[in-house]
Amino acid sequence: MYSEKVMNHFSNPRNAGVIKNADGIGEVGNPVCGDMMAFYIKVKDDMLEDVKYQTFGCVAAIAVSSIVSEMAKGKTLIEAKSITKNVVTDSLDGLPKEKKHCSNLGAEALAKAIKDYEGKKSD
Amino acid sequence: MDHASATPVKKQVIESMIPYFDQYFGNPSTVYDMGSKIKKVIEEQRSNVSQLIGAKPEEIVFTSSGAEANNLAIKGVALARKKKGKHIIISTIEHHSVINSARFLERMDFEITFLPVDKYGMVNPAHLSRVITPETVLVSIMHANNEIGTIQATPELADICREKGVLFHTDAVASVGNIPVDVNVLNVDLLSLSGVSLGGPKGIGALYFRNNLRLMPLIHGGIQEMGRRGGTENVPGIVGLGKASELAVEELTDKMNHLQKLRKCLVDGIHEKIGHAKLTGHPEKRLPGHASFCIEAIEGESLIYTLTHEGIYSNTGSACASKALKTSPVLMSIGIPPDIAQGSVVFTMNNNNRIEEVKYVLEKLSIAVAKLRALSPIWRKKISS
Repeated sequence: MYSEKVMNHFSNPRNAGVIKNADGIGEVGNPVCGDMMAFYIKVKDDMLEDVKYQTFGCVAAIAVSSIVSEMAKGKTLIEAKSITKNVVTDSLDGLPKEKKHCSNLGAEALAKAIKDYEGKKSD
Repeated sequence: MDHASATPVKKQVIESMIPYFDQYFGNPSTVYDMGSKIKKVIEEQRSNVSQLIGAKPEEIVFTSSGAEANNLAIKGVALARKKKGKHIIISTIEHHSVINSARFLERMDFEITFLPVDKYGMVNPAHLSRVITPETVLVSIMHANNEIGTIQATPELADICREKGVLFHTDAVASVGNIPVDVNVLNVDLLSLSGVSLGGPKGIGALYFRNNLRLMPLIHGGIQEMGRRGGTENVPGIVGLGKASELAVEELTDKMNHLQKLRKCLVDGIHEKIGHAKLTGHPEKRLPGHASFCIEAIEGESLIYTLTHEGIYSNTGSACASKALKTSPVLMSIGIPPDIAQGSVVFTMNNNNRIEEVKYVLEKLSIAVAKLRALSPIWRKKISS
C-alpha cells in the first residue's frame, strides 16, 4: 500500500521531537478527525536552523512530517514556503489516494509555524 | 494474531479436498455414477456441518461465504415473508454483510430498526422486546462480535422472538469453532457460519435454517441445495468445510482452554506493561482467543505497521486504517470517543499460537507503543497535565 520511501520515513522518522523555546509553532488537525501534527521551528537570519515535530496519526501522517522536516531544515523561509502538499506527495514517491488529503498536513503545519514566527517578529 | 480475518487451513482439510479437484471432479448433478458418488459425499459433509451446530443435515445450505449466508438469511427471509410484514431488527454492531443486506431492504420499503448496545457491546433483551412490532418478520443479532469479542445472551434474545413468533437469525461466523454453538441451545431459527474462521478454506460458508423454513433464493439457477441456491456446488470447498467441522468438534474443549490461557496472559500483560489501555468488549463474556484494546494517544494503523515489522499481524478499527476513513461503527456503538478509537488494536488467537508468542507480542507491543507515544503530541499533553 505504501511506497518504500514512506515506510522508510515512518520506521525511522527524522528530526522528531520538540524544540524548547521555539521561534514558531504550528499545530494542525485534531485527534477526532484522525491526524494531528505540531511543528516547531528555530529561525536564524531568515533560515530554518532547526525543525522538529510531533505527530499523532497513521503511517502516512508520520512519514509526511518526517520528510517535511528534512526538506525544510536549513532552507530560507521563502524556500520553505514553497513546500506544498503535492511536493510532499511526490517526494514520498506517492501516497495512497485516500491519504493524500487527510494525512498530508505537514506542509500546512510548517507554514503555520512560519506564520507564527513572522507574527511574533512583527509584534 | 489476526485469526478473526483468516485461519490457516488444516493439513487434514487440504488433504481431504485434493481428490475433488481432479480425481472426483464430476458435476454432482450428473446422472452417471461419478455424479451420484459426489452427491453422496456432499450429503456426508452436510451431515458433518450439521453435527457441529446440533442441527439436522437437511437444515444446512452451503453458500460461498459467511457473508452470503448472512445475505441469504436476511434477504431470503424478508423477501419470502414480505406479505406478513416489512420490519427487520438488527443490532448496530453487525457485520457489514448484515448491515448492508438490511440497507438494501430499506431501499425496497422495509423498515429497519438498529438496536443499540451497551458499553460492553451487549444487546439488552428488554429493549429488543420493546421494539418488536406485529410487522416484524426477522431479528438478526450476531452471536459473537469479531472486533470486540463480546458474546451475546443469544438464547434470551431468541426466546423473546420465539414467544412473539418472529424469526431469529444469528451470525455465528466469529463464534463457531471457538465456543460451543448449538442451534437448539441458542434457540435460533437461522445461523451463519464460514470456513474462514474454522480452519477451513475460503470461499465456503453455510446457513442453518430451522425445519424447512421458507427462504427466497438469491442465486437463481438449478435445483442445487434443494432449490435454495443455484449454481454447481463448490465440491472441494464443501468437503473442506465438512472436514474442518469434524475437526472443530474434536478439538473444541482443548482449544478453548488453551486460548483462555493465552488471552489471560495477553490481557494481563497489556494492563501491566502499557498504561492508558482500555479493554474493549465484555471482560468475561468474550471469545476465548480475543483481546481487543484502545491504546490512548497513538493511532492504530501506525501500531499495526510497527508490529508487522516484528512479524506480528494484528488488526485495528482505527478510522485511518479504513478506506472510508471512518471510525469502526462497532467502537462508536460501544461509546468509545473517536480520538480514543483511533488507538484500536485487535488480537485474535488460534490454537497454533503459543504462550511464547504472546510474550513476544507483549515485548514488541510495549516498544511500539513507547515509540509512537514519544512521537505523539497528545501523549505529551497528557503526561504534562
